[in-house]
Amino acid sequence: MTPLPADNNKAFVQIRGVVKDFGGGSLAVNNVSVDIAQGEIFALLGPSGCGKTTLLRMVAGFEIPTAGRILLDGQDLHGLPPYLRPINMMFQSYALFPHLTVWDNVAFGLRREGMEKAAMVERVEQMLKLVQLQRYGKRKPHQLSGGQQQRVALARSLAKRPKLMLLDEPLAALDKKLREETQIELANIIRQVGVTCVMVTHDQEEAMTMANRLAVMSEGKIFQVGTPTEVYETPATRFVADFIGNVNLMEGRVVVDERDFVEIDCGFCRHRVGHGITGTLGMPVTVALRPEKIRLRRTKPAGEVNHVQGTVRDLSYFGSFTVFNLDLPEGQRLKVSESNIERNRSDAPAAGEVAWATWPDTAQVVLTT
Amino acid sequence: MTLRALLYRTMERTFGKAWLGAGFVFLYLPILVLVFYSFNASPLPVVWGGASLRWYRQLVHDRDLLSGVWLSLQIALYAATGAVVLGAIAAFTLVKYKRFWGRTLFTGMVNAPLVMPEVIIGLSLLLMLVSLERVFGEKGMFTIWLGHVLLGMSYATVVIQARLQDLNPELEQAAADLGARPIQVFLLITLPLIFNALVSAFLLSFTLSLDDVVLAAFLNGPGATTLPLVIFSRARLGMRPDINAAASVIIGVVSVIVVGGSYLVFRADRRRAAEIAAAQRA
Amino acid sequence: MIRPTGTSFFDRMHAHPLFRAHARKAVISVPFIWLLIFMLLPFFIILKISFSQMGIASYLPLSHFKDGVFDLSLDLTHYRFIVQDQLYFRTYLNSLKCAALTTFWCLFIGYPFAYFMARAKATLQPALLMLVMLPFWTSYLLRIYAWKGLLMTGGLLSRVLIFTHLDWILLRLGLIAAPGMFMNTDFALLIGMVYTYLPFMILPLYATLSKMDLRLLEAAADLGATPWVGFWKITVPLSKAGIIAGSMLVFIPCVGEYVIPELLGGPQSLMIGRVLWDEYFSNNDWPMASSVAVVVILLILLPIAIFNKYQAEASEVRR
Repeated sequence: MTPLPADNNKAFVQIRGVVKDFGGGSLAVNNVSVDIAQGEIFALLGPSGCGKTTLLRMVAGFEIPTAGRILLDGQDLHGLPPYLRPINMMFQSYALFPHLTVWDNVAFGLRREGMEKAAMVERVEQMLKLVQLQRYGKRKPHQLSGGQQQRVALARSLAKRPKLMLLDEPLAALDKKLREETQIELANIIRQVGVTCVMVTHDQEEAMTMANRLAVMSEGKIFQVGTPTEVYETPATRFVADFIGNVNLMEGRVVVDERDFVEIDCGFCRHRVGHGITGTLGMPVTVALRPEKIRLRRTKPAGEVNHVQGTVRDLSYFGSFTVFNLDLPEGQRLKVSESNIERNRSDAPAAGEVAWATWPDTAQVVLTT
Repeated sequence: MTLRALLYRTMERTFGKAWLGAGFVFLYLPILVLVFYSFNASPLPVVWGGASLRWYRQLVHDRDLLSGVWLSLQIALYAATGAVVLGAIAAFTLVKYKRFWGRTLFTGMVNAPLVMPEVIIGLSLLLMLVSLERVFGEKGMFTIWLGHVLLGMSYATVVIQARLQDLNPELEQAAADLGARPIQVFLLITLPLIFNALVSAFLLSFTLSLDDVVLAAFLNGPGATTLPLVIFSRARLGMRPDINAAASVIIGVVSVIVVGGSYLVFRADRRRAAEIAAAQRA
Repeated sequence: MIRPTGTSFFDRMHAHPLFRAHARKAVISVPFIWLLIFMLLPFFIILKISFSQMGIASYLPLSHFKDGVFDLSLDLTHYRFIVQDQLYFRTYLNSLKCAALTTFWCLFIGYPFAYFMARAKATLQPALLMLVMLPFWTSYLLRIYAWKGLLMTGGLLSRVLIFTHLDWILLRLGLIAAPGMFMNTDFALLIGMVYTYLPFMILPLYATLSKMDLRLLEAAADLGATPWVGFWKITVPLSKAGIIAGSMLVFIPCVGEYVIPELLGGPQSLMIGRVLWDEYFSNNDWPMASSVAVVVILLILLPIAIFNKYQAEASEVRR
């Protein structure tokens, strides 16, 4: 994703120590703090029930935090009901008013504001043009397709030029093909308008495609905040590494600890990682290795590190890549993903065959949590 | 499909049609007989004296009946209004406020008139109004109105509550999010969307008030004789052709309204479904 | 709390949590107070009156100040009378019996009716529903009155029953007193009750049955169940909420029904609704009527509780 312009308000939205207790024993949102920059698209990513939607609703004003503060552009939002916050939300079900036309739906917020007629008409037309629904103004929501309804919802939530826009699982209601097209379109429109945006999703692809930065949440806590690349290539914890994409996790101990490289003994294989880590000799660590960083060979590679022998248990052909599941000698499993760069590759291992998995020393991430 | 399954299915279909048919005959037979005999020239119900409109002509001059009609219509109108207003607030309360002090009691009281025998409601309400006569005044149109509002409110609450529960809560949240204050949310979004339920509740309460015999008997006063009371006192004495004619008129008017209304609703629903289907295909 | 700029006094008032709490209380209390005054208070009043004696124009007060001492006299004569007098006891019993019979027949006729309605073609169902509702919208008084015409001597149904000799069966069952005389009998009463309350049974049943997932029956058939078994082991249990709600909706009002016994029943059709009516209108004995009412309420408290429970359940399932 494109980086943000240099001069922007890094702490446009400040979430400070927010807690939400519904009284069920565990906290829905557990002391979450994060800063969001102006103009940024920020995603809250996590499995169902992790608290991301509750956090979003607290920003919108539909839930009241048990503790903590939420500030927008320096203003504390505490005690402000939703209709007094300069924030607009796009709901998962779109929530278009069925008894109003598309035009009236988009104009609704402007009318509540008391905007004068001429300016309001101009703004509504502008919004409809933005989402390319200029000729649909007179229609009612039930006369539109799912994708069109979503665009109306978008236009409606942008109409008031809010300081912050919230998206609740924006693409959940669309089917796969439509989702891919809409992801890009939606992100483009939001960037074009330049509004700061916080979105909630459980779909990693969505978050990684659309967001500038994302936060990985689970059980009410944020585990890591960063750009999609950062979160994917340098996960901070086992959970993050496992949640985003596929990963092989291997337990081991640090056996060689130098300033610019370390070696970790995992029993069935030995890793050499091409950078130093903060830690001590003998420390137990987890090595995270993504499947696409591994290559399969029929012959044993040179050296003693960064390879392991295994038997191909099964393989799944996905067209552009193939995923191999390897059984390792001591019972562990390794997942390898190889791009099908050549057509009809002759030396690809088949099920039941023995192969060597090998990877470079830049491929691993060493995790201590 | 096996022969046995096919046989079974045909049997079930035939049996079903027969049962439904017999059931509808049972439901509609009295009505048809009533209408039929209203055209009977002979005043004796069991002797057919030829077709005649004399009883209908007589209706126009029946002062008691006509004043009963007028009174009943008025009471029904006011009672239905009161029932819908109170019922809407009660329904709103039950749906929006999940927990409040006395909620079980409240729910019980709202639902009770649905099943409680009318003589009980009538007697208890009457005795209370008499005990507090200084507050509520003499028995009459007002007291009947009170009883009918109480009865209608229960039905109205059930109808409106059902519709409110089906309403997508995100609609009201979206309205608030866009800057509408709670009152505006209610007037601009909630009310229009439950409008159909409000109309249903109104018609239901209107009908109940118009039909009611027992509550009106307990709660009426001098000069407040409703239509059902007029009919009831005459019906106790036996079959009378003038009642037949009145009955046919009432049944005819109601049927036209109900059938007509149902048809309009049906057509609107069908059109809406077609529009949705067309939009999905586009 | 920082005051947001550009907001009016109204907005700030709305935003204040205390306002919202009070507004909420105000909304709840409107129907609540209405119901307390017109639903709950009357019951306490008839309870009170049931313990008093009847005076000339009104009931005598229960409590007096005698020589500066507060004296409360609770007269139990009426209750004693109810418990001891054979007639009252039999009337209560008969009312319950009649209500139970009505409920049974409504279920017997209504369940298959609702079942076949729910199985009918989808386009036909709204029309069928309307046809069932239509009699409900027309005055029930008129329709009961119509049965008089059908059952009186020479009436259509009367003639049919005599012609088919069915009246002898009714005579043997004790539902009519003399052959060929159907008016003012228990038989007429039963027909009138079932006729009036049938839609009340059909509607909840239809609501439940039409929501049933037919694929459950397909799964059962796939596993080897015959349609008969499928009906009794799947359809009926799943429609339990509808059966109970419908039954209560019929049973409870039937116990205290007045109009139908009055128009169609005979002098031997002992129904508690008529007794209550007569105590008030004919005997002008308010305390007696009150105590009769109180006992009826006690009898139907349990069914009402059951109804409330299944009514709530039905509306939760709807979600």
